[in-house]
Amino acid sequence: MAGSSGPIGVLALQGDVREHRSILERLGAEVRLVRSPDDVAAINGLVIPGGESSVIDKLARVFGVREPLRTAIGAGLPVYGTCAGLILLADEVLDGIVGQVSFGGLDVSVRRNAFGSQADSFETELMVPVIGAPPMHAVFIRAPVVERVGPGVETIAMLSDGRVVAVRQGNILGSSFHPEMTNDGRFHRLFLDNVDRSQYQGTVAG
Amino acid sequence: MAEIVEKSEFGSHRVKRGLAEMLKGGVIMDVVTADQARIAEDAGAVAVMALERVPADIRSQGGVARMSDPDLIDGIINAVSIPVMAKARIGHFVEAQILQALKVDYIDESEVLSPADYVNHIDKWGFNVPFVCGATNLGEALRRITEGAAMIRSKGEAGTGDVSEATKHIRTINAEIRRLQSLNHDELYVAAKELQAPYTLVAEVAETGKLPVVLFTAGGVATPADAAMMMQLGADGVFVGSGIFKSGNPAERAVAIVKATTAFDDPGVLAQVSRGLGEAMVGINVSDLAAPHRLAERGW
Repeated sequence: MAGSSGPIGVLALQGDVREHRSILERLGAEVRLVRSPDDVAAINGLVIPGGESSVIDKLARVFGVREPLRTAIGAGLPVYGTCAGLILLADEVLDGIVGQVSFGGLDVSVRRNAFGSQADSFETELMVPVIGAPPMHAVFIRAPVVERVGPGVETIAMLSDGRVVAVRQGNILGSSFHPEMTNDGRFHRLFLDNVDRSQYQGTVAG
Repeated sequence: MAEIVEKSEFGSHRVKRGLAEMLKGGVIMDVVTADQARIAEDAGAVAVMALERVPADIRSQGGVARMSDPDLIDGIINAVSIPVMAKARIGHFVEAQILQALKVDYIDESEVLSPADYVNHIDKWGFNVPFVCGATNLGEALRRITEGAAMIRSKGEAGTGDVSEATKHIRTINAEIRRLQSLNHDELYVAAKELQAPYTLVAEVAETGKLPVVLFTAGGVATPADAAMMMQLGADGVFVGSGIFKSGNPAERAVAIVKATTAFDDPGVLAQVSRGLGEAMVGINVSDLAAPHRLAERGW
């Protein structure tokens, strides 16, 4: 349990912020909602929630948190992104809206709305070896899929047709689905373990 | 690595309510053309509502208001990649079947259109596509949830630019929730009777202190300050109907309302985004509307 004395951030620009906050608090974390550069400077880990990725991207630029977050992620800030959060962590976004950008950090290409409209949203049971049994009950809502996995990136969950739906690279974790909606804390535990092990010292000197 | 160990389930309760959870903190904008849909998406809308006429025009032109032409809805679905909602008349389950076949992401069973059934609402459990329904109070919200609504919006008075009814409805719903929380367990049975809602849902709301689905606000929101006020009153997000594309500068106003919905508790930001937006929609005072012309009274 090294390092982590500061709060865990949840990016609170738009999306299912409340669910992430509640699961993190249940796991014993102190949570700070992140909406400003000052918030970014105060946190030791960050969850990027589900939501509309194009909106979160736009608001991150408007409220000046995009650049501080990119710097922090580059400096090793542990991050976990679900759904829109995964899209925002991808180095390359496919099928984004005109002008949409991401924070980056994960060497992957992620396709937005890869399954189609809401009619194609679904829930299923997924075996995820890094978190062990029982299977994860995974909820996919207009979900993205990882279409290219870079050399340093580990695939940690796939659908039976081989589509990649969860990855990690160093301190960065991303899933197409929403563990925060099923109250299954195992992915968040994995993320909090990254925070505990992390050498992240913040991005502000002193 | 990993595999599906059980069959996937589509159109489940959780999946339907889940999309609404993802819209939280966002603004859903009424659009009548593909161009407007693109402007809304570019401004940061979390979803668009595709319709033929915004409520202000439905109000001024009169006549029977129905589901939009499928060509118009298709055009909007093809123009944007954010979720697209569309309206069906209250009780018109065939319009809802058509909208589901068009693969809209959400159906609004809406009092803004002319009701097709003055007794029954649509049985929403039979659909894979989720529904949002309007409510003016807690009992109405719980009846819609009982029928399968996966999201509730307070009704307000659409097409007026007058936010007072929206304020009344969100305050009423939240006050009724707080009242339930103050009751003893043995008083909840009568509360359920009074609310004309199932006891199990009433008991759940008393326990959790919130609706079991996402609650947005709608009807008369026309300015960034209106949107922020709805958020401060406890809404999970806002619908803006006529307020954007009936104003002087839709693109800028849309962006400003999106920013205000996120920074709803920061008056400094709100002051900044409220500047220089040009003319807001002219609007109608709800008190000047004869009761038969009030849309919020449709649905029960």
